[in-house]
Amino acid sequence: MGMTQHAEPAVSSPPASGPGKVKDGRTSERPLALRLLARPEVGVFLGAVAVWVFFLIAAPPVRDGSSMANILYQSSTIGIMALPVALLMIGGEFDLSAGVAVITSALTASMFAFQLTLNVWAGVVVALLVSLAIGFLNGWLVVRTGLPSFLITLGTFLILQGVNLAVTKLVTGNVATDDISTMDGFDQAKKVFGSSFDVGGVQIKITIVYWLVFAAIATWVLLRTKYGNWIFAVGGNKDSARAVGVPVTFTKISLFMLVGFAAWFVGMHNLFSFNTVQSGEGVGQELIYISAAVIGGCLLTGGAGSAIGPVFGAFMFGMVQQGIVYANWNPDWFKAFLGVMLLGAVLINLWVSRTATRR
Amino acid sequence: MHRNHRAAALAATVLAGTLLAAGCSSSSGGKQSEDNSADGASAGKASTPRMTIAMITHAEPGDTFWDIVRKGAQAAAAKDNIKLVYSADPSAGAQANLVQNAIDQKVDGIALTAAKPDAMKAVVAKAEKAGIPVTGFNSGLDDWKQLGMLEYFGQDENIAGQAFGERLNTLGAKHALCVVQSQGQVALESRCAGLAKGFKGKTDKIYVTGTDMPSVKSTITAKLQQDSSIDQVVTLGAPFALTAVQSIKDAGSKAEVATFDLNKDLVAAVQNGSVEFAVDQQPYLQGYLAVDALWLYKNNGNASGGGTAPVLTGPAFITKDNADTVAAFAAKGTR
Repeated sequence: MGMTQHAEPAVSSPPASGPGKVKDGRTSERPLALRLLARPEVGVFLGAVAVWVFFLIAAPPVRDGSSMANILYQSSTIGIMALPVALLMIGGEFDLSAGVAVITSALTASMFAFQLTLNVWAGVVVALLVSLAIGFLNGWLVVRTGLPSFLITLGTFLILQGVNLAVTKLVTGNVATDDISTMDGFDQAKKVFGSSFDVGGVQIKITIVYWLVFAAIATWVLLRTKYGNWIFAVGGNKDSARAVGVPVTFTKISLFMLVGFAAWFVGMHNLFSFNTVQSGEGVGQELIYISAAVIGGCLLTGGAGSAIGPVFGAFMFGMVQQGIVYANWNPDWFKAFLGVMLLGAVLINLWVSRTATRR
Repeated sequence: MHRNHRAAALAATVLAGTLLAAGCSSSSGGKQSEDNSADGASAGKASTPRMTIAMITHAEPGDTFWDIVRKGAQAAAAKDNIKLVYSADPSAGAQANLVQNAIDQKVDGIALTAAKPDAMKAVVAKAEKAGIPVTGFNSGLDDWKQLGMLEYFGQDENIAGQAFGERLNTLGAKHALCVVQSQGQVALESRCAGLAKGFKGKTDKIYVTGTDMPSVKSTITAKLQQDSSIDQVVTLGAPFALTAVQSIKDAGSKAEVATFDLNKDLVAAVQNGSVEFAVDQQPYLQGYLAVDALWLYKNNGNASGGGTAPVLTGPAFITKDNADTVAAFAAKGTR
């Protein structure tokens, strides 16, 4: 488990401090440990570790490498979406359509390729355009109307849910897509979006790699680039951000399109892993993505958070969800266990950050 | 500026589409390889006066099973000169409202699923008072008579589960895992309960999130890793059986898969042996009979089962031996 190594880049790069570091005696330097603990992702990191250690003790199968790979796979499909959802949330908006947008993308790719009998890559490209367009539309409507993104994306959530169903039925005559696994390009696309590789006898799903790479890129963008500053600025205070020259419209729309990109990515994973897609899937997933981001330290009000926090948030979800199975607890209590474990983890998170910021 | 962006995006889409259509055709699979066989079965058309029938189910939208039910209902409606009004809502309260809505529209008959019978009691009584006959199907086997329904078409889930378990006995399974894709649904729970009754080995149960396939896959994988003595996975819907096949591979398990319900891809999986068998409750038949029965009642006073016994539509077993005969129908989405 290499969780600690992913925590390092975020921890070792504190927010840009003022130019001079000359001590003038008016402020005293807080101990390093406390400063570390005060970072939003450290609380969730410790929460995730606590959950992990708990299940290592409570559920012996978790100690096995292939079990860990399975837990990380579940975490990665949540985590890849939780990343842009978190960035969007830092930028002060959120997206309720993210769950069904994944399925929209998968349906688009599958039906476009199948109905026109094209190479599946044609479907993949068209699905990307559609996903980006949905993100653009969400962002554009939010910026143009000034309405809360809750309302706008609730609207697109319902629209996509209906369109997924109605268009699929209209085009295929059924409510699920046709099997595309025998078509040209499928094997190639499966390698890209849904393959796995062997590490010491353990099969690792490729989504785990993408998840961690995307997290690293998002962290770098957020902490080291101008665009990252813009995200914090538009989420903190839109008007003052605009006043100092931050392109608010561009930033917000691009964040929504980033969610679209991730939805496309996960949608392609679903399609090429399972060959067909049922049009009713995806509902309810948006809340899981948002929860992973919030547990990961992103404020619902915007302006604060990190990209590495949601990685641990998603891991916590995957760990608890599968940990309950590995521990062989009575499945009737499944949802209740899930809720209790997540609340517990969030409380640890809260306690850590309170302790750290108390003087 | 925004307009330019949109125009550019549109142009790009069209361009991409054209280019791809020109140069990237798939040489296998796809629409072109599908048979152009005639759609659906047609049994002519009745000359009886046009009537309106409301079909109201507890279906989750976008589920292949319910789509097949609806196709059966539509086939019967087309034959019987019936205008079919289909609606569905998984929440019992909302479904009861839909029934009330149908009563208000003064339809000539209602075909209803009673997954939560208590919630349907009041509206079914109202329909009866308004002189609208109600047929039950799919869910509510134990309650349709008390509710005052005319007749009932469906599968006894518990009996189907038992038959399933008995078949597993003959195949030599020792430890079965029953995978429930929607926690707390009565019909699914009684399938698992029936399975446990008919199966001589040990039966475990697990809940998965049916709307999230990657999660379904890893949860089944986790369970197989946790308990390596499981040698039989039992799924309660066709898409989950196909996912379970992948989970077994991931977990390095030697378990077999068998399932309730069918779809096109599943029949292919039975044909190639990756799924042992499927229990078919014939959803098309349920939808068809529930509508056709209302026509018969109105035009000839008939009631199947004499109005006292249910009409069972399953369990029918689909195995490697008979999968070929079903495949053509499944390809059309009617089995």
